[in-house]
Amino acid sequence: MTEKRKYMTVPRESATFDRLTMAEIRRAADTGIYDIRGAGAKRKLPHFDDLLFLGASMSRYPLEGYREKCNTSVTLGNRFAKKPIELEIPITIAGMSFGALSAYAKEALGRGASAVGTSTTTGDGGMTPEERGQSTKLVYQYLPSRYGMNPDDLRKADAIEVVLGQGAKPGGGGMLLGQKITDRVAKMRTLPKGVDQRSACRHPDWTGPDDLEIKIKELREITDWQVPIYIKVGATRTYYDVKLAVKAGADVIVVDGMQGGTAATQDVFIEHVGIPTMAAIPQAVQALQEMGMHRKVQLIVSGGIRNGADVAKCMALGADAVAIGTAAMVALGDNDPKWEEEYQKLGSTAGSYDDWHEGRDPAGISTQDPELMKRFDPVEGGRRLANYLRVLTLEAQTLARACGKNDLRNLEPEDLVALTVESAAMARVPLAGTSWIPGQQQTF
Amino acid sequence: MSTNNLAEQTSAFETINGVGTVDLSVQTVRDLNQALHDQHDDMTIEKWDVLNPKGHHNLAVGVNQKLKIDIHGPAGYYCAGMNQEAEITIHGHTGQGVAENMMSGLVRVKGNASSAAGATAHGGLLVIEGDAGSRCGISMKGVDILVKGSVGHMSCFMGQAGVLAVCGDAGEALGDSLYEAHIYVKGSVKSLGADCIEKEMRAEHIEELTELFERAGVTDQDPRDFKRYGSARQLYNFKVDNAGAY
Repeated sequence: MTEKRKYMTVPRESATFDRLTMAEIRRAADTGIYDIRGAGAKRKLPHFDDLLFLGASMSRYPLEGYREKCNTSVTLGNRFAKKPIELEIPITIAGMSFGALSAYAKEALGRGASAVGTSTTTGDGGMTPEERGQSTKLVYQYLPSRYGMNPDDLRKADAIEVVLGQGAKPGGGGMLLGQKITDRVAKMRTLPKGVDQRSACRHPDWTGPDDLEIKIKELREITDWQVPIYIKVGATRTYYDVKLAVKAGADVIVVDGMQGGTAATQDVFIEHVGIPTMAAIPQAVQALQEMGMHRKVQLIVSGGIRNGADVAKCMALGADAVAIGTAAMVALGDNDPKWEEEYQKLGSTAGSYDDWHEGRDPAGISTQDPELMKRFDPVEGGRRLANYLRVLTLEAQTLARACGKNDLRNLEPEDLVALTVESAAMARVPLAGTSWIPGQQQTF
Repeated sequence: MSTNNLAEQTSAFETINGVGTVDLSVQTVRDLNQALHDQHDDMTIEKWDVLNPKGHHNLAVGVNQKLKIDIHGPAGYYCAGMNQEAEITIHGHTGQGVAENMMSGLVRVKGNASSAAGATAHGGLLVIEGDAGSRCGISMKGVDILVKGSVGHMSCFMGQAGVLAVCGDAGEALGDSLYEAHIYVKGSVKSLGADCIEKEMRAEHIEELTELFERAGVTDQDPRDFKRYGSARQLYNFKVDNAGAY
């Protein structure tokens, strides 16, 4: 080694201008266009992994894992609707549009959800016969774009979800780029084929919570007060949004955290708008409790739910049910390593592929390409999703029994502790080994 | 009356000379809509009168039968929302979102209409004999709208299909982010929205307007007095050179 090299410093990567950041600067300079992608926030956020359950021991009685029942059923929408939704498990499938997903993928979601007695949800683009046909419980989204919205489908729905926002892009509208606007998608949305579809970010015929109350009554009148009406919000000012949603007349409120996925939007939106799911739940529950509506207006939480522990933690924090989107796609086969060679050709890798908007999904799920769609078997996809949902349920039951609970909804914040100060503050549970909840008065 | 109680109401109306009559000073909006919906499977009464509407919201929404409904007075929000097949006349002014998401049929407003008239409507004909407020025809998807007066700002925003004809003037940002809806205005246009331009009025457009006037029962307008506006189709696919337009 020469004398000069001996005293050189090791090349040091900037934490501020790291490789990803600099690559994005170069990409922006090359193209002049912001990055558009699918999925949810990829940055590391305080999440449910930062929470732990306090299993029973001396001071609490556990339930026998294989002998004692732990109820998983939940009723949604019994505030006003004549026909509330009865779910066998508290894990629903979040709204994902036909257009973003293939018709086969939508069919598979319906098959999987129906096999385990839960619901699936339409999305921006209307209701397809494939999805309605395979979904015993189908939630019909009422979105700002109103693509494909018609009263006949409204009456076929088992519930209506008025979408005000989603966790990946609170304050933003939908996006479906021209590659995926095929003849069928264009016809359902009344758009020219191949156009970049950018949905409105707010509803066209109401502008605030007082108007929304009237709008919800209109939907109830059209459907003769039969089905529940949900309101879905992206997690931001959740405390206030939930209060206003209750006032507007919601039967069910869906809160979608920033880990929740999207088919396509700007990366800057996904990573920099909204709050983590874990931080949103206590706000929502507080709002409901203050109004005396907790458990009367049901709370569905979504955004980054991956396993039964996440399900159980959401319910312990006060949710009545959860919704999954990204995880459901993975269960169907999205980002499967068996397509690695093709992901590489697209400049990605299995597990990281998020250019769902381009319509070239090797797994044949987030595409409208007829050849790619053929790769996906909706029957097999439905079976895989049902298996996954069963595992989530079994895992959540395992944890609930360990905490001595014979119903998933009996889990409570008292069953949880946090591993970090941040997660303790957000989830409003004590830091493990202490009685300290940051931001709250300490009691012993 | 609480919302909860509304859900418990049952259908109730009188029949006067073969006309179903719902008096909203006595009966409820729920009574009215249920009575109209009950005609879907078994139409026993074709003509309906709604008395004393007094600005109630959600009148005659979700009707899906060829009924003839006359609302005798002012209506609130979303009157005739999602109409299918019915011919609904409002003998007064209407609130926000009249005939929103209409699929077919005819809705006629004898007075003025507030904002978002005909929003997202997929089909049918909406005639407003007075003026319409802002965002008339927003996201329209195939409905034809004829306004005998003027329309407010942002009308036909993101209009996808159908015709908006305005016999008076149009406010700011007409046809912003327009797709394939056709716009005709007789009077002045305060400004055009992004990607909306004036286009040549050709013979097929004269014919389209003539046919619209006939359907709407309008006899005092000459299509040749109108100017046509449509999409420049420059924002259909994202181009960085158009960034300033967004």
